[in-house]
Amino acid sequence: MAEPKTKYDRQLRIWGEQGQAALENASICLLNCGPTGSETLKNLVLGGIGSITVIDGSKVEVADLGNNFMVDESSIGQSKAKCVCAFLQELNDAVKAKFVEESPEALIETNPSFFSQFTLVIATQLVETSMLKLDRICRQSNVMLIFARSYGLTGFVRISLKEHDVIESKPDHFLDDLRLNDPWPELQRFAESIDLNATDPVIHKHTPYVVILVKMAEEWANKHGGCLPSTREEKKEFKDLLKSRMIDIDEENYKEAIEASFKVSTPRGISSRLRQIIEDSSAEVDSSSSDFWVMVAAVKDFIVNEGGGEAPLEGSIPDMTSLTEYYVNLQKIYQAKAEADFLAVESRVRNILKRIGRDQDAIPRTTIKTFCKNARKLTVCRYRLIEDEFNSPVLPELQKYLTDEDYSVAIGFYILLRAVDRFATNYNRFPGMFDGEMDEDISRLKTIAVGILNDLGFNGSTLTEDLTNEMCRFGGAELHAVAAFTGGIASQEVIKLITKQFVPMSGTFIFNGVDHKSQLLLL
Amino acid sequence: MADPVSQASSRWRDLDKLLLRPGNLVGPNFDPGTELRDDLQEYAKVLVVGAGGLGCELLKDLALMGFRNLEVIDMDRIEVSNLNRQFLFRLQDVGKPKAEVAAHRVMERVSGVDIVPHFCRIQDKDLEFYNKFNIIALGLDSIEARSYINDVACSFLEYDAEDNPCEETIKPMVDGGTEGFKGHARVIMPGVTPCFECTIWLFPPQVKFPLCTLAETPRTAAHCIEYAHLIKWDEVHGGKPFDADDPEHMQWVYSEAVKRAELFGIPGVTYSLTQGVVKNIIPAIASTNAIISAACALETLKIATSCSKTLSNYLSYNGLEGLHTKVTEFVRDKDCPVCGPGVLLELDTTTTLQKFIELLEEYPKLHMSKASVTYRGENLYMQAPPVLEEMTRSNLTVPLFDLMGKIPKGIVHISGTATKNDKKTSCTRKLRVLFKVIDGDTDMDTATGS
Repeated sequence: MAEPKTKYDRQLRIWGEQGQAALENASICLLNCGPTGSETLKNLVLGGIGSITVIDGSKVEVADLGNNFMVDESSIGQSKAKCVCAFLQELNDAVKAKFVEESPEALIETNPSFFSQFTLVIATQLVETSMLKLDRICRQSNVMLIFARSYGLTGFVRISLKEHDVIESKPDHFLDDLRLNDPWPELQRFAESIDLNATDPVIHKHTPYVVILVKMAEEWANKHGGCLPSTREEKKEFKDLLKSRMIDIDEENYKEAIEASFKVSTPRGISSRLRQIIEDSSAEVDSSSSDFWVMVAAVKDFIVNEGGGEAPLEGSIPDMTSLTEYYVNLQKIYQAKAEADFLAVESRVRNILKRIGRDQDAIPRTTIKTFCKNARKLTVCRYRLIEDEFNSPVLPELQKYLTDEDYSVAIGFYILLRAVDRFATNYNRFPGMFDGEMDEDISRLKTIAVGILNDLGFNGSTLTEDLTNEMCRFGGAELHAVAAFTGGIASQEVIKLITKQFVPMSGTFIFNGVDHKSQLLLL
Repeated sequence: MADPVSQASSRWRDLDKLLLRPGNLVGPNFDPGTELRDDLQEYAKVLVVGAGGLGCELLKDLALMGFRNLEVIDMDRIEVSNLNRQFLFRLQDVGKPKAEVAAHRVMERVSGVDIVPHFCRIQDKDLEFYNKFNIIALGLDSIEARSYINDVACSFLEYDAEDNPCEETIKPMVDGGTEGFKGHARVIMPGVTPCFECTIWLFPPQVKFPLCTLAETPRTAAHCIEYAHLIKWDEVHGGKPFDADDPEHMQWVYSEAVKRAELFGIPGVTYSLTQGVVKNIIPAIASTNAIISAACALETLKIATSCSKTLSNYLSYNGLEGLHTKVTEFVRDKDCPVCGPGVLLELDTTTTLQKFIELLEEYPKLHMSKASVTYRGENLYMQAPPVLEEMTRSNLTVPLFDLMGKIPKGIVHISGTATKNDKKTSCTRKLRVLFKVIDGDTDMDTATGS
């Protein structure tokens, strides 16, 4: 067996050992193991997911050899679930792989409690009626659910669960929290200890930009009645002021200060994103609240009390030109403040836990610490039941998609993907499956799609002929590349959901394989 | 057992929906029918460059999208850290050439597909090798390698008298790249859509730490690591080259970095970070590779068959915060030295090949040293291997004009070393050579007759 640390090195650099442990503890159920399903699982098995259960009632046919890598000639006539499961097991012996040879539709119908044993269910290639039923089952038993479908050159991915809270959202670009325009006493004192007019050129060009900006912002405010640069002219003037303090044209620290000068003008207080979370009704906690919301409640109290309107300090600073000593001291000042903020939040967490009748130590310190460090980046994702979306979509959004050219293909495919399932209910096959009935199928599908739009109160004429024809041309085909794409997206989202890191997609992702102008529809 | 014909048609049941049926949202000259599928299987030749995270996926995807004639080139051997995403490799394959194992595994599972592996550097193959493919699919992780293949593919491109690209000389490329949860897929039709060089700004050169920071004012763990790696190693080991693949070397750098970090009170030096910084490791996961390769394979099928519209021309994918995909239509750089009509060089008819090669070093847009020169597939001078060098050496004293059959203008291909961003890279360029006609010096019969 390979040293897992080496084997998983390239992904541990993304989600760390905690993320990896979450994956290794997860138990995944796959419904239907055609190419879409098997490719989704392949990506998870390689990454070391804990256990998989493959559910499929069909036998391998010749046509499967044309789009599914996990079956081969020797599999023909055998259980598809068994063959796919065997191949997946070969990819990673650390994964517990099993299969159930049964049709997912039948299982949904006859044994709904079956699904409650899993962390997450991946449902592929299900038609509407089964989707709606499974959605209700998983919602009720609190099992995460993700749908993936490949259909000709289109398809979709949709997450369904009540709520998903992310502490470590790890955004790519996020404004750092330096408090340049509102320094706390220790930072203030440190800045005062350094003379910007130092005559030693080595000191002058190694004074960190944080110190330069704290001092210059204060200087500016003193001259401008306590205000900071806000208009474009003022901001430019502030930059010129910084420039005038350079004693040499290649002082990197001053260049950095000029580049970061906008940070002195950032508004104080918390972002609208965080405000929305602390004002959410779930922040009114009781004994049934999750740890996440208990910590939100604590941070909320912190903000109005010790925080003075600010969230707990993150504590890390970016690299900047500086003497080592200055930089290390600056780091310590930010970390000390972050630690103090954390201790304040922690004691609030303990008090809240006590108040709602839970064990005061129910939430570990490390969790609270991580929470504080990420307070400004918290993310809450909620998903509607598919049935609700289908029956009462968000009308202004739908209106927008139907009239905005950027969305016309995606919304067209969205309606048509629903229409093909209704077609299948009526005719027991997908439109365009047989060459001989192409023309009839096109007009039948069109009637159904127009009907769906009419039911929602919209004119069916927005649907183009080209798209309807294309949908019939697809004839329900599951193309390998499309399956690998939608399966890839599905597995990516599964990883985010299980590791509780990064932000999962919202809405429905509609794949557009014609020109790749895929869209997320927030209905 | 079903007969082979109906077995073939039922095996490709799903793909046939796309290849056998007419559609409205298709590419130019789409001609659906069983012949299209048969031609795809019989004649379309695709080269997959790289058998790593993207390459493994590409080979599988192309084999299952109906392609039968594939070749793959990769110089690397399988490592344990590949196994979290390069799904064609197993633990017992560690140490074997990637190209060979990947080709073998896909052929084992998809009957009828033929994959020829090439375990070598991309520079080891001549232009002829690359020219036999209809499409080149790139699954690479380095800018240099992309640039090289781009040079090669663009070198086949010819322009007509009006400076329009000649269609039969266009060598399409499909390029993918990933980093963590992000990636891109693009289609390059040299002469029509921007080539890699036209949009080289998409790949800004990596920022290096200034040496004075490393030596005098280190602040981060990475500074301590780079100090040990770039400065201390040479001080102590004078002359012995550092080998990032030697665990003892890495361990030495790590422990030196720890010492330095302690000295300055800097936190965060770990063995894993040391490896990451020294080897410039880019995080990689299976799912992103799958997504990007699938988009590339789909576009490859569309280029080969016109069965749908094509991506025009750059797809970016970001799964970090929610899910974002975006298609951008980049535009060509009309003066691109790689995919443009070619750098124009005016020469005297008396200029010898030797003199010509020297000129290339000085020429502003080229700065190419140690150039090898070919004209219409014929080697005029080759720097290597020694056998070829010896065979072509006698040409050096002959005027280029004579070597090119005394025509007033023509296109030569040169390959050698160019210096870009202080870094030496191998590249090939296309040159339009124009000879200054001196009265009575040109034999017009030869010129028109060639």
